[in-house]
Amino acid sequence: MNEAPVILVDYGMGNLLSVQRALEYCGAKVIQTSDPELIRGAKRLVLPGVGAFHNGMKELDRRGLVSVIKDVAAKDTPILGICLGMQMLLDESEEFGLTNGLGLISGRVVPIPAISPSGELHKIPHVGWSPLIKSAGHNVALPNILQGLDEEDYVYFIHSYMVALRDQAHLLATTNYGGTQIPGVIGCKRILGCQFHPEKSGKTGLRILNNFLKL
Amino acid sequence: MHTVRLIPRLDIKGPNLIKGIHLEGLRIIGSPKDHALAYYQQGADELIYMDSVASLYGRNSLDEIIRDTVESIFIPITVGGGIRSVDDVTRMLRCGADKVAINTAGVANPGLLREVAERFGSQCLVVSIEAKEVAPRKWEVYTENGRQRSGLDVVEWAKQVADLGAGEILLTSIDREGTRRGFDVPLLRAVTDAVSLPVIASGGMGKHVDLLHAVNDGGITAVAMADMLHYKRTSVKDIRAFALASDIRVRKYE
Repeated sequence: MNEAPVILVDYGMGNLLSVQRALEYCGAKVIQTSDPELIRGAKRLVLPGVGAFHNGMKELDRRGLVSVIKDVAAKDTPILGICLGMQMLLDESEEFGLTNGLGLISGRVVPIPAISPSGELHKIPHVGWSPLIKSAGHNVALPNILQGLDEEDYVYFIHSYMVALRDQAHLLATTNYGGTQIPGVIGCKRILGCQFHPEKSGKTGLRILNNFLKL
Repeated sequence: MHTVRLIPRLDIKGPNLIKGIHLEGLRIIGSPKDHALAYYQQGADELIYMDSVASLYGRNSLDEIIRDTVESIFIPITVGGGIRSVDDVTRMLRCGADKVAINTAGVANPGLLREVAERFGSQCLVVSIEAKEVAPRKWEVYTENGRQRSGLDVVEWAKQVADLGAGEILLTSIDREGTRRGFDVPLLRAVTDAVSLPVIASGGMGKHVDLLHAVNDGGITAVAMADMLHYKRTSVKDIRAFALASDIRVRKYE
């Protein structure tokens, strides 16, 4: 495993300790930081996040991290966004008015529809364990963050918004929420995102983090 | 379709895991960490920690216990008891909690619930409602871990907290808590009919079949369990097996 520490971006809104502990459990060294220079030099970056999109982007911006993270991404550094951290990888979000994201993966963050295609009323937020379904035709050139997962391994979701990708090749796995397909794992080159919380998804989540650490 | 979440509830007093009856008469069970780890390994979907005397003393002593927990337990953790401010929430999240459960401070100041939901997101806010039946099919909200009447009607309060931005409701029947007599199903039904939020049933699970009633008749999507597990009358694994055999959709584990 790569010895370089994982840089865990602290912008005041993540469940940082849980993410750090899970990465450490997988054998990584982890540095929590909001220091732009440390982040700029990251060999592996995790962008956690819990909360609302516009607040998240505001907090990144306030710390001067928006352009820094874009620079890191441009160097083909492995990046993993978790939950809000994943959503912020996209172009924009409709949460509390349209807000720009980091623009690293093309698409928009939209509310989970209140009613599924089959007419079922969704409880929102979407909270709970749900099986991941790997995308059948996803681009095999993408890093395999889902290696070793069985079909229907459960992971823990908790969110009210979901991503709508522009290019379905970026969709690595979904979950079925009462007939609505919710993107669970997305990826573009080595920029990856999980809508669920791998650090809270037991052994399956730890396996995903392990895969990320091997990229 | 939701999977029904199986959630061990750990009531804490000082350094100890405790268990009471009607939230009173607390008895020491043992080490919170050992029990939590066992439940995680048995396949618990989440854990709830409640500081049982925090409201009384206006403080919460769970920090260290939560920090210890997240070293080796990788499932969602809700922490409640004595959370009175946005700063308290920040502190608990920093310790590794994923959600906070608020009762007393939210009844005293509903604005706090809105503030927490706006600052941290609804998914972070579990409103804990302690309910006591005061007339047939009528329940009153209690605070201070079941010690204090509030005058609020449970169903009306549930609707109000949904509007204030709660992400989930932890609904504890004081009448059933620790009695092993099963959940107060009419209470569960009254609340799940009134709000669209996920409701966690708490208080009274004594047999596996109680789960079936809570889900099928109570309309809930999660259960909190304590007595049954703490006294080792069953395990999370056995409850999951029962659920699967009863066509209740739960997470596949192992």
